[in-house]
Amino acid sequence: MSDALPTPHPTTSPLLAVRGVKKSFGATQALKGVDLTLERGQVLALIGENGAGKSTLMKVLSGAHSADSGEMSLEATPYRPDGPLHARALGVCMIYQELALAPHLSAMENILLGIEPTHGPFMNWRETRAVARRALDEVGLPDLDPATLVADLSIAEQQLVEIARAVAVGCKVLVLDEPTSSLTQKDVQALFSLVRRLKDKGVAIVYISHALEEVAALCDRFTVMRDGETVGHGQVGTVPVDRIISMMVGRDVEDLYPTPILELRALAGQKAPRSAGLVLRRGEVIGIAGLIGSGRTETLRSLFGLDPVTGGEIRIHGEVTPPAGPAKRWRQGLGLVSEDRKTEGLAQNLSIAENLTLSRLEGLGPWGFVRPSRQNAAAAPWIKAFPIKCQGGEQAVEDLSGGNQQKVAIARLLHHDCDVLLLDEPTRGIDVGSKAQIYAWIDRLALGDAATGKAPKAILVVSSYLPELLGICDRIAVMTRGELGEARPVADWTEHSLMLAATGQDRRT
Amino acid sequence: MRQPTATVSSPKKSSRIMALLGRLAALAAVYAFFAVLTPGAKGFMSDANTQLMLQDIAVVAMAAIGMTIVIIAGGIDLSAGSSIALSMITTAYVLNLGPEGGKLILAHPIALPLLAVAAAVGVSTLIGFINGAMITWLRIVPFIITLGTMQMVRGFAKLVANEQNIYPPAEVQDLWVARLLDPSKTVLTWPFLPLAVWLVIGAALFTGLFLRYTRLGRHIFAIGSNEKTALLCGVPLARTKILVYMIGGLFSGLAGVLFFARLGSIGQPTEAIGYELFVIAAAVIGGASLLGGRGTILGTMIGALIITILRNGGVKMGWPQYTQEIVMGAVIIVAVAIDNLRQRRRT
Repeated sequence: MSDALPTPHPTTSPLLAVRGVKKSFGATQALKGVDLTLERGQVLALIGENGAGKSTLMKVLSGAHSADSGEMSLEATPYRPDGPLHARALGVCMIYQELALAPHLSAMENILLGIEPTHGPFMNWRETRAVARRALDEVGLPDLDPATLVADLSIAEQQLVEIARAVAVGCKVLVLDEPTSSLTQKDVQALFSLVRRLKDKGVAIVYISHALEEVAALCDRFTVMRDGETVGHGQVGTVPVDRIISMMVGRDVEDLYPTPILELRALAGQKAPRSAGLVLRRGEVIGIAGLIGSGRTETLRSLFGLDPVTGGEIRIHGEVTPPAGPAKRWRQGLGLVSEDRKTEGLAQNLSIAENLTLSRLEGLGPWGFVRPSRQNAAAAPWIKAFPIKCQGGEQAVEDLSGGNQQKVAIARLLHHDCDVLLLDEPTRGIDVGSKAQIYAWIDRLALGDAATGKAPKAILVVSSYLPELLGICDRIAVMTRGELGEARPVADWTEHSLMLAATGQDRRT
Repeated sequence: MRQPTATVSSPKKSSRIMALLGRLAALAAVYAFFAVLTPGAKGFMSDANTQLMLQDIAVVAMAAIGMTIVIIAGGIDLSAGSSIALSMITTAYVLNLGPEGGKLILAHPIALPLLAVAAAVGVSTLIGFINGAMITWLRIVPFIITLGTMQMVRGFAKLVANEQNIYPPAEVQDLWVARLLDPSKTVLTWPFLPLAVWLVIGAALFTGLFLRYTRLGRHIFAIGSNEKTALLCGVPLARTKILVYMIGGLFSGLAGVLFFARLGSIGQPTEAIGYELFVIAAAVIGGASLLGGRGTILGTMIGALIITILRNGGVKMGWPQYTQEIVMGAVIIVAVAIDNLRQRRRT
């Protein structure tokens, strides 16, 4: 795929230019050819999935690694830093995600670390304080006493002190690696205005981020990296987000998830949801985050016919379907795992096989008959594959551990061969091993299996455990007071931004 | 300690067999108790008494089949005794149709008994439908609904009978409806047992297999075990529950027809009062759980035998009514307690 747009030819020489940079570590080629250019007073977004090579590129820029081949130039002269200090001296500064400050030293000592003004062997404290003061003013910390210990500062302030350090050395290129990942919304706004101020002063900024929202709000241009290569450049705002995402992942979004299998439009229930909209495709895992009581469970239940639907539209396989009970939803290829396996999900005193096959007893015998031997035989492969730790399909579900019970509840959907899996808190209160097995199954089901002709499933997961959603989902939507937000790529989210959205504090302009 | 073993189905199967053996042992013990204590030609073991017991067993067991299904589905049917009475009255009423001297039964000796049975069973099945429909649609617990219909149906029985016994013409005595419980000539000649006992055996076999081997049967277990799970899994709740109470009613109706024969072809609106308690006891002694999801027809049959033997044996012993009641109550509690203990030890 040739997503790479031709690198725009600079009319004047750019501030920083990188051409065909390659870097290998042993047999792994981390950078396979990176090109980027950066002008004065420009904010360039460097985006790409984890492992795309952004960090390696940063290390090459900072001089922590040297490139195997390729060229870099700064202000039209070859740029070959032999280490971070050298890079800094040349005006290229890095702000890493993990801040590199000495916590036991004061802000001013940190700012001028390595370039301390001196009188002979002695520190020139007056000069130190003055330079630090100016730098702190510039980064928006006019009230901070330069003598404050860094350990006493908030994360956001520490970050600004680091930027102040870059400002103090007169940096020309500032590289920010995921700078908002640990900031509150207010601090993010402060950082943004600082970036804009620096930009106005002619500093060029490389802004590395997952969050396309931030890129849109802050950056002028973007460069996309994938598998160690730059695969696209563009002007922010002229290229649709979908296009950027497909550059990042190397496939079209439509290719990734071709058929919408489930569509909700303004779905409303009695109390909740108030309005839930969603498009779910085969092969896709969408997560629904939100506070308890925000209406996530009710959304699944209304959709599945366990709670009444009072408005909106449900489309399954592209066709509008009126509100219906669970029996019809099962027939339409939906399956729900209840958040409460004890009182709803499973009939505790019935056997594993009985529970696993309950939604689909058809085919286990002729004319409405059910042969227990066939029931057990139908359960056996799932017991083995998951694996469900038990004495056999005839064992009562109540004898099993929580994790194994949950596997029975999920296996029911697989026995039924549902196309759409609705999983409500699928790993709540179960052991770590079972969790991992369930995650692996979710991945496997979303992928499908060409060998056995199993089509990819579409999966909707409600979870209160944010790392889980961030780990298993392709997209995540946040439910706030009965309203379901847009499902955005997982790369757009952090735990922090999910929490903000869930608590309704993310109302952006 | 549980071990992962290859003998996959053994734990549950063996415990099921143990439970069955335990019940059979209890049955044998109760039987032996009365057999030893009331020996002789007029004693417990005499032919006459055995025939009498068979008649009682047939009625209790027939109704208990339906009750077991209701209990497995997590319900209860307190109106069973009243339904038995109403269908007994209905049977008598239809057989007694026509003016004095011109009774229809004389003109239609084949059609009218069939109609009588159909009407009796139809009426009680309708009561079952009403029970089930009110339970599902009004969302009131079965105990309350059937407590109400127990009274109402009893009232209807008295209304239909005009608060009197109904005595159909004497000719009815010779018809098969009246002779369902007649003993066979000897134990060794066909049909060996009263016809009704065969009917019960057939019905028990049929329902036992139905519960275990049909989708509907498994749905009934699922509803009783956990109604929410059943709903989640797409089991048609309302339809299945209504059907369950209809089946319960149907068996009460059949029991009512047998009761008619048992009383010597009389419709007696004040009979079978409190009968539902024997029927429920039979199911519970047989291992059915009032929490639903558990019970077997075979167990219930054994329970029905134990209940009937206790009642009959108590009479044979010459126990006063109160002693019989105290013993009966104690046996029910002990039986269920033992069952529970065994269950708990297993898990």
